[in-house]
Amino acid sequence: MSATAAPGLGHALDLSSTSPTPFSRLVRVELRKTWDTRAGLWLLISTAVLTAAVMVIQLSVVVAQDLDVSYNDFLTSTNFSMALLLPVLGILLLTSEWSQRTAMVTFSLEPRRPLIIAAKFLVGIGLAVAAVVIALVLATICNALYGLLSGHEAVWDLGLGNVGGFVLLQVIGMLTGFAFAALLLNSPAAIVLYMVYSFVLPGLFGLGAALIGWFDTIRPWIDFNYAQGPLVDATMTGEDWVHFAVSGFIWLVVPLAIGVARVLRAEVK
Amino acid sequence: MSTTAPGLGHALDLSSTQPTPFLRLVRVELRKSYDTRAGFWLLAVIGFLVLLTEGIVLAVVVTQDQAMTYGDFVAAAAFVTSILLPVLGIMLVTAEWGQRTAMVTFALEPRRPLVFLAKATVGIILTFATIAMALVVGLVCNLLYGALQGPADWEFGWAGFFGFLITQTFAMLGGFALATLFLNTAAAIVVFFVYRWVLPGLIALGAALMDWFGTLAPWIDFQSAQGPLYDMSLDGGEWGHLIVSGFIWLVLPLAIGIWRVLRAEVK
Amino acid sequence: MIQVEGLTRKYGTFTAVDNVSFVCQPGRVTGFLGPNGAGKTTTMRVMVGLTPPTSGRVTIGGHLYQDIPNPGRHVGVLLDASAQHAGRTGREILELGARTMGLSSSRIDEMLDLVSLSRAESKRRLRNYSLGMKQRLGIAHALLGDPSVLILDEPANGLDPAGIRWMRGLLKGYAERGGTVLLSSHLLHEVEIIADEMILIGHGRIVAQGDKKSLLAGAAGSGSTFVTALDNRQLSDALAAKGFVVASAGDGLRVETEPVEVGRTAAEHSIVLTDLRAADGGLEDLFLELTSDTQREVVA
Repeated sequence: MSATAAPGLGHALDLSSTSPTPFSRLVRVELRKTWDTRAGLWLLISTAVLTAAVMVIQLSVVVAQDLDVSYNDFLTSTNFSMALLLPVLGILLLTSEWSQRTAMVTFSLEPRRPLIIAAKFLVGIGLAVAAVVIALVLATICNALYGLLSGHEAVWDLGLGNVGGFVLLQVIGMLTGFAFAALLLNSPAAIVLYMVYSFVLPGLFGLGAALIGWFDTIRPWIDFNYAQGPLVDATMTGEDWVHFAVSGFIWLVVPLAIGVARVLRAEVK
Repeated sequence: MSTTAPGLGHALDLSSTQPTPFLRLVRVELRKSYDTRAGFWLLAVIGFLVLLTEGIVLAVVVTQDQAMTYGDFVAAAAFVTSILLPVLGIMLVTAEWGQRTAMVTFALEPRRPLVFLAKATVGIILTFATIAMALVVGLVCNLLYGALQGPADWEFGWAGFFGFLITQTFAMLGGFALATLFLNTAAAIVVFFVYRWVLPGLIALGAALMDWFGTLAPWIDFQSAQGPLYDMSLDGGEWGHLIVSGFIWLVLPLAIGIWRVLRAEVK
Repeated sequence: MIQVEGLTRKYGTFTAVDNVSFVCQPGRVTGFLGPNGAGKTTTMRVMVGLTPPTSGRVTIGGHLYQDIPNPGRHVGVLLDASAQHAGRTGREILELGARTMGLSSSRIDEMLDLVSLSRAESKRRLRNYSLGMKQRLGIAHALLGDPSVLILDEPANGLDPAGIRWMRGLLKGYAERGGTVLLSSHLLHEVEIIADEMILIGHGRIVAQGDKKSLLAGAAGSGSTFVTALDNRQLSDALAAKGFVVASAGDGLRVETEPVEVGRTAAEHSIVLTDLRAADGGLEDLFLELTSDTQREVVA
């Protein structure tokens, strides 16, 4: 080290041998963060247990009451637990960094904030897809048991459209939660907003549509839940896709864009 | 100073200190409900939504030329506030845990049940305040309705008023009870929305499919049991349903939760 | 090295940091000293890109923080040891850091050993950590990537005396190996012992900087002595006879002169001294004086 070197000349950091943190590593770390706390682990366990419970209850009811069901009925009923808890997972993925103030550490280890958000986004999608795979397996088991236990023949009405629609449905549910979380950066507020959006708003939209003529016309364009309806039974038409895109833009893209812009500029405390 | 051994001559002189009066605890807890940004916004949103809902209802009925009573205006506001009052109930409890202020709160008032009682009282006070606001805004809307649309209908029985009061309070306490049970904001909110919006549908489905469940359902479905409260037309059986299901959804979680808080190490 | 150039950060009408410039040299520990709310933390947050500056800039080794790839390998940061998920174990927190930086898990054990957190302690959740344990964990986290620059905000907070001594040794050794260390504190004695270079900040502005000697040279009120004798009264009288100002202080006396004069007086009168030292208030007085208009308490 030369003692006479002017400050700032002789002591520059040598960055030549450091490569930027690869994106795959960020994704792996973000994935790890979803289950390495007690709260996160319990959320994942609850989602799995609740889904299994829903299926067992459904199976015992349909067998006991001698009802006629198919594979698809089993699959869609898992929507109950997953549509409820996957979005919460999406929300906590983002908001826990703020409520626990870990964003300070996360962003000082990787100052390229868009990459961190993209990694979280990808983890959200990955977990939604994993949940769907679990649901498919559980539904297969239940339908097979149904064929054995009940007097009916098991019906395997599984189409690519159904599965694709189901995956899309869960991924969108998760991402809607994620978008609300990015917008509000506060767990309770985002969860309440999501719950209102998913349980309360459809009823209000339905009421408005029944009362007001013009509202009935615009409803498909602004009611994202409504627009997702045909996804469940794989009956999306061209017009349905347009409704889906427009309402999705309002409920998914807009809050996500505003939220991400906010996170990128925010002072992290 | 005398030379008595420590602990003998140096006992704390408590004779002139009064225990913290309950009223003071309530006032402090009330203040805590609005002195943070989150708390303030929650209250502001509740107030704003009451205004917005009744305003939208007024606009809709006037433009669509529909008949409306005073009671209808208030009921519309009640629908909206019943979503957020429970969240208020939840936040009253869990904010103390999420932010770790429970350490301070319980150090200043070690009689923990009193703290919870004060919080519940604050929840009820804020519920009543919301109701008062809904009534006043409804009054204005109904006056406007009378002016814009024709004669205002002031039908709003006392039975309806009390029913409104009780169901809103139950809604808030439902959130409060679940929050006490879970001591975690996210969990309490999720479970509350499931209990309030998803469970009634599932219970109805179960009741439709299975006879034995249909017989059991009224005893466990607190939401349906509150139905007759809106016009205070409860008969003996319905009182029974209300009490049993209320015990399951309000008293039980609250009791387990408080029992847990009393023994918990506060971190 | 860290170079801060004309840094200003405003919050509305409040100026938290006001045109601050300084340099932290490699091989030296730089102490960033100032009363509570003087702007130390804000300056450090700007350094690591968590707070955007209103004007001015900070470079680390010639780069903006956001331009450093995998910055954890170059710059170790500890801003707030409590800003971690309370539900994670100490080990898991290091694990996440190591994975982000692409380090092997063996590095975690090395760091745990370095900061003397036992295996059992590392498996406890952060909510059960004492402030001192959180601080040790935070230092371990900052050192994980074997960085050449360390930025530590109040690292001695909550450490016990042994812990403070340990940290002193750690940071000195680190600087001797050529590392750059910037640490902040509101406690003068902490910084005085450890820092080669000091930057005093008050009200968002730098009020003095330099090494201890050069700072003291300009300090008023240096040259006081604490002395304790077997016979304090005799010594007091002898000193007063020579015209020194004497006041009683604790078990002994405070004399407004150099220790050598007090010693000479005692020798002349054959007074047995049990304690003789320079009243180390020089720097403290300087600190209080320089930051007095920003202090919350009025200096008497």
